[in-house]
Amino acid sequence: MSATPWLLDVRRLRKSFPIRRGWNRKVVGAVAAVDDVSFTIREGETLGLVGESGCGKTTTARCILRALAPTSGEILFRSADGRVVDLAPLSRAELRPLRPQIQMVFQDPFGSLNPRMTIFDNVGEPLLVNGLRDRRARLARVADLLELTGLRPEHMHRFPHAFSGGQRQRIGIARALATAPRLVVADEPVSALDVSVQAQVLNLLLELRSRLHLTLLFVAHDLSVVKHISDRVAVMYVGQLVELATTEAIFGRPLHPYTAALLRAVPVPDPLAPSGDVALAGEVAHPANPPAGCYFHPRCPFATDACRTEPPALREIGAGHLVRCHRAEELVLAGVAEPGRTPRAAW
Amino acid sequence: MTPVLQVNDLRVHFFLDEGLVRAVDGVSFDVHEGQVVGIVGESGCGKSVTMKAILQIVEPPGRIVGGRILFQKDAAPPVDLARLSPRGAELRAIRGAEIALIPQEPMAAFSPVHSVGDQIIEALRLHERQWRPTGPRLSRAEARSMTVDLFRSVGISMPQERVDAYSWQLSGGLRQRAMIAMALSCRPRLLIADEPTTAIDVTTQAQILNLLRDLQRRHGTAIVFITHDLGVIAQMARYVVVMYLGRVMEQGPVEQIFHAPKHPYTRALLKSIPSVNVAPRTLLPTIAGSIPHPLGRPGGCPFHPRCPDAIPGVCAERVPALGPVGPSQLASCFLYHRDEAVEP
Repeated sequence: MSATPWLLDVRRLRKSFPIRRGWNRKVVGAVAAVDDVSFTIREGETLGLVGESGCGKTTTARCILRALAPTSGEILFRSADGRVVDLAPLSRAELRPLRPQIQMVFQDPFGSLNPRMTIFDNVGEPLLVNGLRDRRARLARVADLLELTGLRPEHMHRFPHAFSGGQRQRIGIARALATAPRLVVADEPVSALDVSVQAQVLNLLLELRSRLHLTLLFVAHDLSVVKHISDRVAVMYVGQLVELATTEAIFGRPLHPYTAALLRAVPVPDPLAPSGDVALAGEVAHPANPPAGCYFHPRCPFATDACRTEPPALREIGAGHLVRCHRAEELVLAGVAEPGRTPRAAW
Repeated sequence: MTPVLQVNDLRVHFFLDEGLVRAVDGVSFDVHEGQVVGIVGESGCGKSVTMKAILQIVEPPGRIVGGRILFQKDAAPPVDLARLSPRGAELRAIRGAEIALIPQEPMAAFSPVHSVGDQIIEALRLHERQWRPTGPRLSRAEARSMTVDLFRSVGISMPQERVDAYSWQLSGGLRQRAMIAMALSCRPRLLIADEPTTAIDVTTQAQILNLLRDLQRRHGTAIVFITHDLGVIAQMARYVVVMYLGRVMEQGPVEQIFHAPKHPYTRALLKSIPSVNVAPRTLLPTIAGSIPHPLGRPGGCPFHPRCPDAIPGVCAERVPALGPVGPSQLASCFLYHRDEAVEP
């Protein structure tokens, strides 16, 4: 496992946004959207990043893509020539040669393709920008990419409106793969798609992963989707990483009460397996004004006095299983049932 | 027992410049008292248009072109909502009072310039004679205290203060709770919930679904629950209607639909959904192709181009009618009834 080197090493990443008030837009505070997040992604690995809205998962992804400048922290990236670069402090000009190596798949397949450009132009633009000026070579490359993503190459001179949502998402994936990136960041790539199409796109990503040895950061709110694609899963809550482990461990033996509650809250498509429980009272804390101690304590059924005052650190319990909870060792939390076993266990 | 709502061969068509869109094309189902009926389907299946037709709020160029929507108000014979004038007094007395709606996006449903409490007080006083036929007129103060009670019953903390809040001051979960309070304020016989938790996070969704289940049990309100989420449907509905491109593919008790689906579409749909109970990193069985454009609807059975079991020369030619395939389970598929077609 540790034999494969990491491709991305995010260390103590922070991103805060100013809160402005009044006529002169005076800064009155800050929202820590990403608050001390660290993780690595190995080459060829898929890391799922999950959490509810406002937890900072998209901000984390945008910092890695350097669509946003982090407030502090390091984003170490092993570039194609073997050098390790910290993306965090780089300027636009310095980032340019690295851009082809990190690409993104967007959530909205309708908004992310230029409607005035044909599919060939949409998918071929990253190639053109990166110096592939020969149109014939571009045509061949785009045809390959479309074939790779399950589209018909002869359709490349059509415009995006002629394609369905699922097909557009395939086009978006083809465009992301155009520059043969070392890292692909996918932010909610299937959440705007219909159920019957979601499965097709998930399958495509799974196939591409093994065929191209793709490294993927997969950001999503839907736990079942994340389970389907990820090798490891990171769970975020109010800007912090609360748990990080292999997919099997996160779903089978969660150590953080928030992860367990998330798993229990998912309604399972089986009327004979009651699920979708209210495991948590209250609502997600606001990142501008997080509670003292553990951010999760006001909603946590296991909170003690220590949880109310002392912020827990992210620690490693067992091999590679990171958790941010004071009581991780003593709690016995239920994961989701393995197929064939009766779901549901008391906790 | 007559059902609260009987939708019979409902047809809603949109007359666009580009052509005719048959958004709802022959939909039938019943809703009984105290029953939760789930309508599930992917985008373009007509589930939301069906809901709008029941309330007669289909926007032009859409129009109800056929079918009946029988609503049982009280002991009197049922009224056909499809025949009522959308702006008439009779329908306006039903909307909000007898049939209430919980919309998908409560942010858009509340007025931002009136407090949420005022909007509920207005509904209470406007529809007073529907939910309280006799007695003195309701005063503002009384209506306000009723609103506070409603807020408390839907689990809004500090209801006294929240009554005066504006919708944009509330979080998503609280806003949806306030919306539910408003929908229940006039004690409707039928509640239509249109994707009530789609815009909400999963832990809050669990709270809202639990609240709806609890209220349903307490008041015995019939609910039509519209969603694209099969997980939510399995946990909420007792009876399920599966729609595809404006037609009912299959309907039946929830256990039957999920454990003994008959229609190829229902079967394929259930297999294709990612679930937390499945082993990670496995390929999912998929439905080939994608949902056709509304203007390019295939003839015959709308699902036939994607159907693994399509019968050559049959499914592309004629439209199958809804017929029994099990105990109170119906499917519109030629695999089961070769001779029952809808006349063209």
